[in-house]
Amino acid sequence: MIMKIVWAFIIGGSICVVGQILMDVFRFTPAHMTCTLVTVGAILGGLGLYELLVKFAGAGATVPISSFGNSLLKGALAEAKQNGIIGVLTGIFEVTSAGISAAIIFAFLASLIFRPKG
Amino acid sequence: MAGKKNFTPEQQKYQEFAKKIEPKRPVLKNCIKAFLVGGCICAIGQILQAIFIKYFNFTEETAGNPTSAVLIIISILLTGLGVYDHIGQWAGAGTAVPVTGFANTMASAAIEHRSEGYVLGVGGNMFKISGPVIVYGVFSAFVVAIVKLTIQALGGI
Amino acid sequence: MQKGQQSWIFESRPVIAGSAAVGGPFEAKGNLANDFDILHDDIWLGQDSFEKAEKRLLEQAIETAVAKAGLKKEDIQFLLSGDLINQIISSSFAARTIGAPYLGLFGACSSAMEGLALASLIVDAGFGDKVVASTSSHNGAAEKQFRYPTEYGGQKPPTAQWIVTGAGAAVLMKEGNGPRVTSATIGRVVDMGLSDPFNMGAAMAPAAVDTIETHFKEMNIEPQYYDLIVTGDLGKVGHRIATELLTQHGLKIPDKIMTDCGILIYKDDQPVMAGGSGCGCVATVTYGHLLNRMRKGELKRILVVATGALMSPLSYQQKESIPCIAHAVSIEI
Repeated sequence: MIMKIVWAFIIGGSICVVGQILMDVFRFTPAHMTCTLVTVGAILGGLGLYELLVKFAGAGATVPISSFGNSLLKGALAEAKQNGIIGVLTGIFEVTSAGISAAIIFAFLASLIFRPKG
Repeated sequence: MAGKKNFTPEQQKYQEFAKKIEPKRPVLKNCIKAFLVGGCICAIGQILQAIFIKYFNFTEETAGNPTSAVLIIISILLTGLGVYDHIGQWAGAGTAVPVTGFANTMASAAIEHRSEGYVLGVGGNMFKISGPVIVYGVFSAFVVAIVKLTIQALGGI
Repeated sequence: MQKGQQSWIFESRPVIAGSAAVGGPFEAKGNLANDFDILHDDIWLGQDSFEKAEKRLLEQAIETAVAKAGLKKEDIQFLLSGDLINQIISSSFAARTIGAPYLGLFGACSSAMEGLALASLIVDAGFGDKVVASTSSHNGAAEKQFRYPTEYGGQKPPTAQWIVTGAGAAVLMKEGNGPRVTSATIGRVVDMGLSDPFNMGAAMAPAAVDTIETHFKEMNIEPQYYDLIVTGDLGKVGHRIATELLTQHGLKIPDKIMTDCGILIYKDDQPVMAGGSGCGCVATVTYGHLLNRMRKGELKRILVVATGALMSPLSYQQKESIPCIAHAVSIEI
């Protein structure tokens, strides 16, 4: 159990270091950096490698934004397996729906309650 | 197309000169901070996942969802309280890479644009910064899915 | 009258009859807090948007400067103002409140000196006698427009600068007591191909150097003529580049007389990275601190070189570089 937390820490931290290097050394903007990680997540997902990382590192792989790419892919492939090629379109947001919906709903609520502090 | 313009020798010389004087980004320090903060956020995520599995009847497969939701809500709260930007300045990619970064982009844009109204301001600008991630995530998943399915159909993997 | 290609000498020496600097909470904690006429502890100034707050800052600066000149706002003949917000609405809406005939300007962060030069030209040439030059900037409004929402958690690099929440105004008259505007050098657009919006100092330094060199050449004076030569908002990075470039070009300006408003305005322990920036930076420092020092007799002749980066939020997305400009105005007492 503790080991799982330690690995989550190490792998999650390492993915963040990759992002930091992309920003500081290669001068990516945060938007370019997150897009890169998300695309890499999708590609690694397609190669079956991201799932291995998830099994090994748990939240260390699912919390970083790269997991978003993998989840979108998983949703697409799962639905395509069931319903053919159209499943790619119908299934993409299935796994990630919780995250995106939560973000939209709570961001909107935040705009009702909070003001920027500057 | 991107970036490679034709600079005069004078411009090139100045750019090299400016680059030399520019204060160097503390890359090593930033990486260490990103590692620590990013690692902690993921560790917290791991603990949350364990709690959801043990006490709320989620499975290994499905526990990721409420975990993300909780991290998202915490980020949005910290953004609204005006604290997240200070943490982000310190942690860099440590807060930008986890899903917390995504939530912060949505909340900060929504909060900022309230002055333009709830429809055009909040509604119209919420995805201003997070848009690229969603677009590229979906598009790359789409491409990878099509490629994979094509390879499988052609009798492959 | 014209001097050289791009400089003006104001022979009648228009007087800055009144000046004012208004600032926000961050400026209140800064180095020059005592030289502000009004300091706000609320970045919203009680308004419901950053843009409206900036308009209010500008109105207050103009109203205070006009009152200090012993005038009423109805006396103003011309108002020249500029700012960073799209379509310079802070200036236009402030002009609506003030009600004077209005000339809107855009020089990005060089607007303050662009305004002062033109206002002096109007008075010196006899085309007006009570002319106001003003400018403003607001950290929240400018960051929202040019970069990211204020609560966004992105990491700013050490070259980034903090846009001043502040406004400055000066009232120019033909007669009166006070510091006088004696000359101006209008700058050209200089673009050395830099395109990092988080490193404005390096982009603007060449423009400052170009205008400073032109000023000394055309006016035929030495840098020591001035007690202080101050750039608008090059910040620590741009200031260093500018001083090195000037030395490389053979114009040696003693360190103790060359400084920058972006460096002066904030304390070292404030999280401003390379220093202050924005139209309000040079305006509040000049119309508050520097003119106060002149009135106290600490400075007799200063050259204020306001620097501006003339890009838009869209231009750098289109891979354009950042063209810059610098306008110099000399003030003597």
